[in-house]
Amino acid sequence: MKTIKYLFISILSLATFTNCSSDDDNPPPVNEEEVITTLRVTLIPQGGGDTVTLETRDLDGDGPNAPVVTVSGDLAAMTTYAGSVVVLNELEDPADNITLEVQEEDEDHQFFYTLSNNSGVTVAYTDQDADGNPVGLAFTLTTSAASTNNTLTVTLRHEPNKSASGVSNGDITNAGGETDIDASFPFDVAN
Amino acid sequence: MKYYFLCIAISFFGITNAQNCSLTFLGEITDFHDASPISAATIYIKNLDRYITSDIDGKFKIEDLCEGDLTLVISHVGCETKTVTFNMNSDLFKEIALEHHIEELGEITVKNSVARKETKTAQETTIKSKELAKYSSLSLGDALKEVSGVSSINTGNTIVKPMINGMHSSRLLILNNNVRLQDQEWGIEHAPNIDINSANQISVIKGSGTLAYGGDAIGGIVVIKPSRSLLKDTIFGKTTIGGQTNGRGYNLTTSLNSNFNSGWFANIQGSFKKNGDFKAPDYNLTNTGSQSQGLSIRAGKKQFESGFEIFYSYVNNEIGILRASHIGNIADLVSAINTQEPLVIDDFSYDINFPKQDVTHHLIKASYYRRFKNFGKLSLQYDYQNNQRFEFDVRVGSDRNKPALDLTLQTHTLNADAILDAKDTYKLKFGALARYQDNFANPDTGVRRLIPDYERYDFGAYITSEWDISDELLLDAGIRYDFNRIDAKKFYQTSRWEQQGYDQDFGSIVIEDLGTQLLTNPVFDFHNFSFASGLKYELNDQSFITANYALASRPPNPSELFSDGLHHSAARIELGDLRLDQELSNRFSASYSFEKKRLNILLEAFYNHISDFMFLQPTGIEQTIRGAFPVWAYQQTNAALYGIDFSANYEFNDVLSLLNKSAYIKGDDLKNDTALIDIPAFNTINQIKYTNPKWNGFSASLKSEWVFEQKNYPDYNFETFIASTNQTVLVDISTPPGAYHLLHLYSDINFDITKHTKLNLALSINNLLDTNYRSYLNRLRYFADDLGRNVMLQIQLNY
Repeated sequence: MKTIKYLFISILSLATFTNCSSDDDNPPPVNEEEVITTLRVTLIPQGGGDTVTLETRDLDGDGPNAPVVTVSGDLAAMTTYAGSVVVLNELEDPADNITLEVQEEDEDHQFFYTLSNNSGVTVAYTDQDADGNPVGLAFTLTTSAASTNNTLTVTLRHEPNKSASGVSNGDITNAGGETDIDASFPFDVAN
Repeated sequence: MKYYFLCIAISFFGITNAQNCSLTFLGEITDFHDASPISAATIYIKNLDRYITSDIDGKFKIEDLCEGDLTLVISHVGCETKTVTFNMNSDLFKEIALEHHIEELGEITVKNSVARKETKTAQETTIKSKELAKYSSLSLGDALKEVSGVSSINTGNTIVKPMINGMHSSRLLILNNNVRLQDQEWGIEHAPNIDINSANQISVIKGSGTLAYGGDAIGGIVVIKPSRSLLKDTIFGKTTIGGQTNGRGYNLTTSLNSNFNSGWFANIQGSFKKNGDFKAPDYNLTNTGSQSQGLSIRAGKKQFESGFEIFYSYVNNEIGILRASHIGNIADLVSAINTQEPLVIDDFSYDINFPKQDVTHHLIKASYYRRFKNFGKLSLQYDYQNNQRFEFDVRVGSDRNKPALDLTLQTHTLNADAILDAKDTYKLKFGALARYQDNFANPDTGVRRLIPDYERYDFGAYITSEWDISDELLLDAGIRYDFNRIDAKKFYQTSRWEQQGYDQDFGSIVIEDLGTQLLTNPVFDFHNFSFASGLKYELNDQSFITANYALASRPPNPSELFSDGLHHSAARIELGDLRLDQELSNRFSASYSFEKKRLNILLEAFYNHISDFMFLQPTGIEQTIRGAFPVWAYQQTNAALYGIDFSANYEFNDVLSLLNKSAYIKGDDLKNDTALIDIPAFNTINQIKYTNPKWNGFSASLKSEWVFEQKNYPDYNFETFIASTNQTVLVDISTPPGAYHLLHLYSDINFDITKHTKLNLALSINNLLDTNYRSYLNRLRYFADDLGRNVMLQIQLNY
C-alpha cells in the first residue's frame, strides 16, 4: 500500500508542477515581419517628362481586402524610362524596406516584368548579382507607338533558376522558384 | 417495515432449514474464444472449502450439494481467475467459459496467435507483433493498411495519417497504452506521434464501437498496446536492424523486458531511424529525408488483486518536406501541375532542409488498479502529454532559421474506470474522465498564429454493459456524455473579422482593439451524447455475425474553429468558422465471419450518416500582393459514407495460401449533391504465399496491390490568369490520378542460434517493377511521383 501512496503523491505533484502555465495574461500580437505590403515601380523618362509610378498596396496581407493598385499616369510613346522598384512592409512603423533584403540575397531573387501582347513596350535589366545574372531592381523600359489597355505584370521570384533558358533575358517561363509578389498594372501609352 | 425484514429473514431461514443436500452440479470449462475444453483447471468450491480439477474434457462433477448458492472460483494457467455463483435448486449442468487474454496475467508464454480484442461486437481487427515487425522502418499509418478498409492520407511518404473507412484526423482516436494521443491530430500534415516499434499489438476498431475511450470516434479507434507482462522470472529482448535502398535509410530498434514471478516488471525500448532523400522511379525527391528517435520505459507491478504501472514515452520526428512542394502562389501551382517532374531536383543528400517539421512528443502515465471480490475491478489513471511542434518554411533574411509555426500542446488527463464482472452472464463497465489542455502558440515566429492560444476542459462519463443472453448470443450497449469547453485568445485581422460578419455576431468577445488586429476571447461549450450497441450471434462453430449501431458526436477542433491564413503547400487561404456546431454520426454496420480449417472470410459492411459534417470547401478567390488565391472555408453539410470491406484467406495445402483484401467505399455530400473529397478509391490486394516450416520456417509472398482511379470526386477546379503567358488557365486540383498496380515481394526465414536466441531474416522489395504512380490520397501528388523500388533487408534477433 505504501507504493500506491507514493505513486499518488508523485502524480499529484506532477500535476501541480506542470499546471502552472495557465494564466490570464493576454498573448502579445504578432506583427508579421516578412509581409510585403507594397510594391512601387518608378519610371523616370530619360530626357525629361513626367515620372510615372505604379504602386500596389495590400495592408491586410493575406486578409480579405484586395490590394489597391494605382498608376500615376500614361506612359509617353517612343520614350526610354529608367526603372527602379521598391518593396516595403508598411505594417511596421517606420516602414520596413524589404528591397534591402532582396539586395543582400540578390542571387536568390529576380524581378520579372511581363507585358501584355501588342503593347510595344520592352524591358531590359540594367543590374547584376555577384554571378553576373540580372536581379531586376534596376531596368530600362522603352515604349514605341501609342497603345491602350496594356498590362505590366511584376513578379518577384525567390530562388529562381537564373541559368535556365531565357531567364536572364526576363522570360519567366522556365524560372521556377516561388512567387513572393505577383502584381499587374494596367496602363496606356499616349503620344 | 420491521415486519417486512422479519419476513425476509424467516423465509431465508426457511430455505436453509429445508435443505435438500443431494444435488449434483456438472460443469464444463471451455475456452471463451474457441470453445475448446480446458483440462486441469482448479475449481475451488467455496461452500465446501474443497478443491477439485477438471478432467481431460474440461468436465467436473460436484455431488451431495445442498440447495442454495454455490460459489466456484475457477483458475487455470493462462486464464483469468473467475468467480461464479449459481443458485442450486435442482441438479445443474453449466458451461463455464474462461477468458484467457483480457487480463494480462498469469500467462506463461506470449503467444502471438492470441489476439487481445477490445470489443466483442464491433468491427475490430488486430495486427499482431509478427506483422508489425515488417513495418519497423515505416510508420503507424503504413502498418494499419494491413486491415482491409484502412488506408492513409499522406503528405509525401513520411507523413502518413491513418484513414479508417474514409475518415481521418480528428475523427479517429488513437490510444497508446491506454492514453488517448493529444498531438494536434487535426491537421492532415500532422502524423501521429507513435513509434511503431513500441507497439506489440494494434487493434483497429471501425466506428465508435467502444465508448470507454471517447464519444467522438466518428471514423474509428486505433488501440496500440505494448507487450504483456508475464508472471515468471524471466528476461528477454529483441533487436531489429534494417536497411533500405530507397532513401539509403537504416533503422535500429531494441527492447528489453524483465519480469518477475512476484508481478514486478520493467521494459525499455528504444529506436532510431534515418533516411535521406527518397527516389521516385525517374528522379530524386529532394528534401524528403527524415530522422526519428523513440524511447519508452514501462515498469510496475501486476498481480491479480492489484497492480500499478508507470509509463514514459518519447518520440521525436524531424521530417523534410519535398522542396518542390513549397510554392508561392497559384501560378506556381499551375506550373507544378503542368510539369511532369518536380521543379527542384538535386543530388541525393541526408540533409533535412527547409521546409521541414520537427515534432517532439512526451507522454507520462501512471495507473493503478485493484480488484474487489464479488464486485470487479477499479482502475485509476493519470497521464500528461507534451507535444511540441515546429514547422519551418522557406524564409528570407534574418528569419531564415526561425520556425513559422511553434506550438506547445500540454494535456493532463485523469481517468477512473470500474468493471463489474462478478456475474457470469453480465458485465458492467463505467467510468469518468477529466481533462485539461493548454495550447501555446509562440509569437516569436514572426508569423501570425495559425492556431491560437487556448485552454480546453473536457469532462466525460460513460456506462457500458454486456450480456451473454445464450451461448450463441451476446449483446452490448453503452452510453456516454462529454462536455467540452474551449477558451481561446485569438487575434483576428480587422478586415477578416468584418468580412466574416463576426462584428455582428461576436462583437462582445473582442477584448482589445489594436487597429488592424483585434484580440478576441471566444469561449464555446459543447455537450455531446454518444451511444453504441451491438450484438454477436454464433451461427455455428465456424461462423458468426455481428451487428452494430453507434451514435457519435464530435465538437469542432481548433483548426475548424480558428484556422485563418495562407496554407503554403496548398496555395490556398484556409478559414475556420466560429459558428460551427458539432457533427453527429449515425453508423450502422454488420459483419459476417467464417473460419474453417483452410478458409477464413470476413465481410464487413457499414453505412455512416453524418449530419453537419465539417469539411473544407472552396468558396471564392481573394487577391493578395502574391496574386490570387482560392479561399477554402470550413462548411457543414450532411454526408453519407458507405462501403464494404472484404478479406479472405485460403490455404490450398500446408505450404501454399492465397489472400485477398478489398475495400469499396463511397462518400456523398447530401446537401450539395456531389461526392466527398479525399475518399479512397476501390482497392484490392491479392497475395500468394509459400511457407515451409521444414526450411527454417521459410516464407515467400508476392503481393499485388491494385488501386483504381477515383471517379467520384467533387470538382473544385477554377480558372486563373497567368501573367507570364498572358493566359487564363484552368487549375485542375480535383481530378484524381489514374489507377495503378504495384507488386511487392516479401520473404523471411528463421534460425535458432541457441536455445533462447532466434534470428529472423527478412527481405522485402516494395514496388518491384519500379512503377511510376501518384496516389489520390497523397497531398503532394501535384508535385511528384510516389516512391520507386525499395529493397529492404531486416535482421531481427529475439533473445
